[in-house]
Order: sequence, then C-alpha cells, then structure tokens
Amino acid sequence: MAHLNTGNETMEPAAIADAADFRVAAAGDYFALLKPRVMSLVVFTAFVGLMVAPGPIHPVIAFAAILCIAVGAGAAGALNMRYDVDIDRLMSRTRTRPVAAGRIEPGEALGFGLFLAVASVLVCGVIVNWAAASLLAFTIFFYIVVYTWWLKRRTPHNIVIGGAAGAFPPMIGWMAVTGGTSLDAVLLFLLIFVWTPPHSWALALCKADDYARAGVPMLPVVSGVRTTKVQIFAYSVLLAPVGVAPWFSGLAGPVYGAVAAVLGAAFVGFAGALLRASDKATPASARRVFAFSVLYLVLLFSVLLAETGFGAWS
Amino acid sequence: MSDGIKLTEEQVRRRRVRSIALALVLGGLAVLFYVVTFVKGPGVLDKPL
Repeated sequence: MAHLNTGNETMEPAAIADAADFRVAAAGDYFALLKPRVMSLVVFTAFVGLMVAPGPIHPVIAFAAILCIAVGAGAAGALNMRYDVDIDRLMSRTRTRPVAAGRIEPGEALGFGLFLAVASVLVCGVIVNWAAASLLAFTIFFYIVVYTWWLKRRTPHNIVIGGAAGAFPPMIGWMAVTGGTSLDAVLLFLLIFVWTPPHSWALALCKADDYARAGVPMLPVVSGVRTTKVQIFAYSVLLAPVGVAPWFSGLAGPVYGAVAAVLGAAFVGFAGALLRASDKATPASARRVFAFSVLYLVLLFSVLLAETGFGAWS
Repeated sequence: MSDGIKLTEEQVRRRRVRSIALALVLGGLAVLFYVVTFVKGPGVLDKPL
C-alpha cells in the first residue's frame, strides 16, 4: 500500500516515509535461512546413502537428487526459523538467525520455505523418482509438523522422535538409486536416529539456561543434569552395536566394522566420562561428547563411502 | 507529491547482489533441466507414480 486515499487528497502513510523502514535482506541472510551447517551433514549422509545403494545412477541424476535433498532440507530449516522465531529470539545460540534478528520477515521466510519445499519435491519427482520425492516430502512434513509444531515445545522426548527427520536423508539417497528401500537403508536411518539424542542432549547440557529461558522442555531442563547424563550414556551403549550393524548386514566391509567398533567404544567412553564428571567438569565433558559425536558420524559415513561407495567392498 | 522512497547505497547494493544470486540460481536450474533432457531422453516426463 503506497498511498492512502483520504478523499480529495492523497497522502503517504508515515510508515513508508523513510528508506530505513524498508528491510532489504542480504543474499547471505536467505542462505542462512537454509541452515547451511545442518544442510551440510544432510547432504553428506544423503550422498553416502546414494553411493552405497546397489545399482547404477547417472551422475547428473545423482547431482539432481542431492540438490533436491539439500534444498528440501534448507526449506525445512527456513520454515523452522519462521515458526520458532519467538524462542529463537530468547536463546543466545539462535538470536542472530535472520528471522529472529529481524533481517527477514517471518512471512518472507514462510514463503521462501514453502516455495523451496514444493519445488524440491516436484523436481525430485520428475527428475529422480517419486519414491525418493515422497520420502523427501515426508521428511519436510515430519520436521515441521511433527517436530517443530508438535513435539519441540511439549516433551523432553522431542529430539528422540523428531530426530527421525535428520535420519531420513541417507534413505532418500538410497531410494534415488533403487526406487525403494531395504534393510541396509533402514540401518543407515537407525544409525543417525540413535545417534541424534546423545548428540543433541550433549549440546543441551551446555545450553540448558538458553532452553529454560525459551521454555523449551529439553531433557536437562525438565529432568535435570543427572538424568540427561544417564540417558546419553544409555544411548551411546545402544549406538555402539547399531553403528557396527551395517558390517553384519553385509553393506559394509571389515574396515568399516573395525572403525565402527572402535568409535562406538570411544563414544561409550566419552559418555561414561560425562556420567562420572563433577558438576564443575560437566560442561567441558559435555562439549567433548558433542564434538566427538560429530566426528563419530562423519568418520563412520566417510569410511562407509570409501569402502563400499567407491567399490572397495561389494 | 513525493518522489518516493530513495534507497540507501547499502540497500541498493544488497538488492543488486540478491538479483545476481537469483539470476545465477535460475541460470543453473535452466542448465540442469537442459542437461537432464539429454540424460533421460524424451521420456523425462514419463514417470509412473
């Protein structure tokens, strides 16, 4: 609305009298809406899922599949920032995000995210296959509706169930090649699904004050530090055999099996150290668990890619 | 009658960078779709549900 017609005269509303009233977001702000750090892990795990899946795929189609998965993940990130703007403003870790900081309007983020979500699914369906596109659509739906809308603000189990959204990408990559799923694809899903809680709770231990201020019922806020440490340890014990499972299923080779066993034992070791840590030592110990959890996933998928994806093991 | 809003230099620069970024994305998509038609052949839209 550029002008208000008041009868005989046309006058400008004061709200648009100054150029400073117009927010012109930088291109980088829109890129930040896509949560590029989260996207990088999604792209990597999806790429590994695509590379280790049985059967051929043309490089151009593979590129299109990864692009669609990346854009779909980015769309989910943008929509998440739109709906979490109120709590993002309250947390030090998130208050500089484009919507929370006021550089992009919530409505813009909504339109941007919806457009990218629909476009990524449609392009994936037309160029790759509709099975992969359907799972991509379900992943975006799950992240926004099930995790962001439903679970995140209601239960300390938000990240346990919601973590499934982050675990689907290797399955989507797999489906891009095969058009279906299999036990091996489910094992890759389970690996990230079981890895997510200890990874997220280690971070939550360091940022518990932030989550409490925003009213997000993360486990350390609701159940306390001790319970969170026990849960992290329990999940790390569960993760160790899940990490080795692709070797037993035949998807991965002996090098992967050995690396997964060592890394799984190390994860349990770090989680055990956190369990025994004093109150004073807990933040540093939790940061070590968080850092190691990232290394764990990257190394496991890297070895799987090198050994199975590039044909050294088949 | 006003001359309208005059954007600051920084706003104009941001708008230009956004326009260039959008053009690059659209150009990249056009190239991708073009290449895909060669890879998939005339059946590119023949996708059973």
